[in-house]
Amino acid sequence: MATVDHPQRLARSGIAADAASRGWAAALHEWTTTVDHKKIGIMYVLMSLVFLVIGGIEALLMRWQLFYPRAEVIGPNVFNQLFTMHGTTMVFFVGMPILIGIGNYMLPLMLGARDMAFPRLNAFGFWITLFGGLLVYLSFITGAAPEIGWFAYAPLTEHTFDRNAGTDFWALGLLISGIGTIGAAVNFIATILGMRAPGMTMRKIPFFAWTMLWTSFQMLLAIPPLTAALVMVLFDRQLGAHFFDVQNGGSAYLWQHLFWFFGHPEVYILILPVFGMVSEVIPVFSRKVLFGYEFMAAATMAIAFISLGVWAHHMFCVGMSRTLDLYFAAASLIVSIPTGIKFFNWLATIYGGRVSLQSPMLFCFGFLSMFLIGGLTGIMLAAAPFDFQLSDSYFVVGHFHWVLIGGTLFGTFAGIYYWYPKVTGRMLSERLAHWHFWLLYIGFILTFGPMHVSGILGMPRRIYTYDPSRDWEWWNQLTTIGALVQTPSYAIFVYNLIASLWKGKPAVDDPWDAWTLEWTTSSPPPSYNFETQPIVHSRRPLWDLKHPDDPDWQYE
Amino acid sequence: MDANGLSMLLAAVEGRMADVSIFSPASPQAGWIVDLAILALAIIGIIFLVVEGILFYSVWRFRRAKNDAPGEPAQVYGSEPIEIAWTAAPTMIVFFLVLVTTRTLWQVEAAPVQPREGDQALFVTVIGHQWWWEYRYDSYDGRKLDFITANELHMPVGDGETQRPVHLTLQSGDVCHSFWVPRLGGKVDLIPGRSNLLAFETEQPGLYLGQCAEYCGAQHANMMLRVVAETPAEFEAWLANETAPAVEDPAVAEGKATFLANSCVNCHRVSGTAAQGDGAPDLTHLMSRETIAAGQVPNSRSNLRKWVHDPHTIKPGVLMPAFGLSTEEENQIVEYLRTLK
Repeated sequence: MATVDHPQRLARSGIAADAASRGWAAALHEWTTTVDHKKIGIMYVLMSLVFLVIGGIEALLMRWQLFYPRAEVIGPNVFNQLFTMHGTTMVFFVGMPILIGIGNYMLPLMLGARDMAFPRLNAFGFWITLFGGLLVYLSFITGAAPEIGWFAYAPLTEHTFDRNAGTDFWALGLLISGIGTIGAAVNFIATILGMRAPGMTMRKIPFFAWTMLWTSFQMLLAIPPLTAALVMVLFDRQLGAHFFDVQNGGSAYLWQHLFWFFGHPEVYILILPVFGMVSEVIPVFSRKVLFGYEFMAAATMAIAFISLGVWAHHMFCVGMSRTLDLYFAAASLIVSIPTGIKFFNWLATIYGGRVSLQSPMLFCFGFLSMFLIGGLTGIMLAAAPFDFQLSDSYFVVGHFHWVLIGGTLFGTFAGIYYWYPKVTGRMLSERLAHWHFWLLYIGFILTFGPMHVSGILGMPRRIYTYDPSRDWEWWNQLTTIGALVQTPSYAIFVYNLIASLWKGKPAVDDPWDAWTLEWTTSSPPPSYNFETQPIVHSRRPLWDLKHPDDPDWQYE
Repeated sequence: MDANGLSMLLAAVEGRMADVSIFSPASPQAGWIVDLAILALAIIGIIFLVVEGILFYSVWRFRRAKNDAPGEPAQVYGSEPIEIAWTAAPTMIVFFLVLVTTRTLWQVEAAPVQPREGDQALFVTVIGHQWWWEYRYDSYDGRKLDFITANELHMPVGDGETQRPVHLTLQSGDVCHSFWVPRLGGKVDLIPGRSNLLAFETEQPGLYLGQCAEYCGAQHANMMLRVVAETPAEFEAWLANETAPAVEDPAVAEGKATFLANSCVNCHRVSGTAAQGDGAPDLTHLMSRETIAAGQVPNSRSNLRKWVHDPHTIKPGVLMPAFGLSTEEENQIVEYLRTLK
């Protein structure tokens, strides 16, 4: 396609550039009305980072209360509000939006598209997610944050046991942000299936697009049951329905099935896009093509499907039946097979490469070395009888933080360090990145490692205090110290993000010598992404350009 | 590491922590789970060492050096035999894990059992409340029992010749709770509208600690469990005391009158009196318990006094309000309670 060289077309989309050139009021107007996938992506990520800081402060307050046995720092009610809000925030307003945001920014660029399939739906999705988050937090400001846990088991959420308006704010907020998530999922699917550059068959899409595609299908299937459950609990509370009210013929058990039918796929919604990001970063920084692309794509699909059939492994202790327990244990164990395939393929990609431990790869190394442990403790918990002992204990808290921080967070940081130059036109400081990494790595092991021990010693989750006679003090103190070691790492990260906008080394279009389409356009990309529509012959279009003598398509 | 941390570690080595750890089972049920856990730990331990080993080796061995020749390393796109191999290997491991999981699952999950004469089995219905445990003793050794107690479960120990299992029927009076005494077995939830079963036995007399494991509201943290396992003779003596009527002591008649004249009777029960509430712990033999407030504090005169005055100083958020009785009334009630042996 021919292009006309027009200065408007090359307008940069950085926040600082906008503000500097047009004044803050004009920039604010521009950003609040935009339907550009890149601006929306940036707003998603910024929103998530703000909520990450809030969720982190909540965690620190809880750890302060648990430092000494029988401490009286915040008391039971505030503590119970904090763990409810911490879990809710991290899952709904940090984890999902940050991944959706990165997907929003990068996918059209990686696919060679000019925008998402439905730009207005995209903007709607962001704003409604943000409003959902604000609504949930409004309850805090009015002094009535929910005290129900992020899993909100009935009948504790019924009006009989909980007159707290916070629960209504919570249900409405999640319901609303869930609509945004479904919109995002539809948009990703339509974009990946319908907006690819000429020549980019489904077998040639970047691996990140595969994971975003399957994650989107998971969102489409998992969020509606949650939405239904939230509507039901609101009906119970506001209109006197009895869906979960046992005294009037409802079922407490029903909530658990509905919630976990969402709640388990949610874990994979939070990890699949990260699998995609590290699958982009590891090859570039190992200087090798991703090993076994087809098997990796098939494994992603397998994980997405199997994860829809394992939800009741959160319910081994509710007395289902031996047969059901066995089914859910077996299905959960089977997830480890495709996950193992992925892991071995990453290792094979590194093996024989030329590995550079710059910040994106450093975080991938963190991801690989730590996510493995979370996965392995998951295998233990999938063995149902072991779960009879350790479900709802601190062992589980250690396990899933290991998955979500060792997995999701390390992988997401890898993605952010990788793509920051593309988004801002500036490089992040490598020195600060190394401080960020090592403080997080060490602090994280120190925080969540001891939790496995306190769980084995019988410490249940969601307790605001414990007796000195129970011998949990030492392990809780280690955990709190670990949280304090982690804290500065986030501050360094945020400082790096902001300071590098002005002080960072200017980035060239392709600073990492990478291979996917987003690196062909300028850094930051112009508002229309590409001056000419790229044409693709292989999975690594830039490899073909850089190695015309040995193009990729002859091997695919 | 400070001195306290060091002593904790030493204590762990010496087995002091064996008091709570799931790895020091005191019942066959908990033991079977430990067998499975150790097997699973061994398997994932080997996987961990192998995979982390390959990772660290690869990153170290293939790290970029300054004097590397320019150009890219050999591009390897994949290999079907290798992919099949590392699909098959985890599949076999998973198959093995499913088999051993099944075996343990069939061992530990309780099947319904009917009380029979001479089988020395104890049947108790456990009802979880916000935030305490109600124990309704149904039968023992084929004998029908009919008394209610709270927060401390007594059970007889078995010996080489006779097993003395306890069969618990778990129900909830309000929200979801979970019964978890790690050394005696895995947890089972108490869910409104359902009856769950849990059975275990032990041959080691002693006190086993646990607590509610399912978040159940403000005082979830202080819903402790105490299981007292004692010799059959001790258990019979305890049974005899619990089944006897409440002690009548004329010296505390005023306290009894105050107790019966106030709201206490709406929730608490003292058998043989007008107090027949069932929303709060049965107090008929209150002084046979070592603790109050669901295992949170010792059952001493001063703690009872504090509790009657304002239970929220011990357990903030508890459903029993502070009634604002006069000091004299409070003292009378405490003296009365102290006679309920």
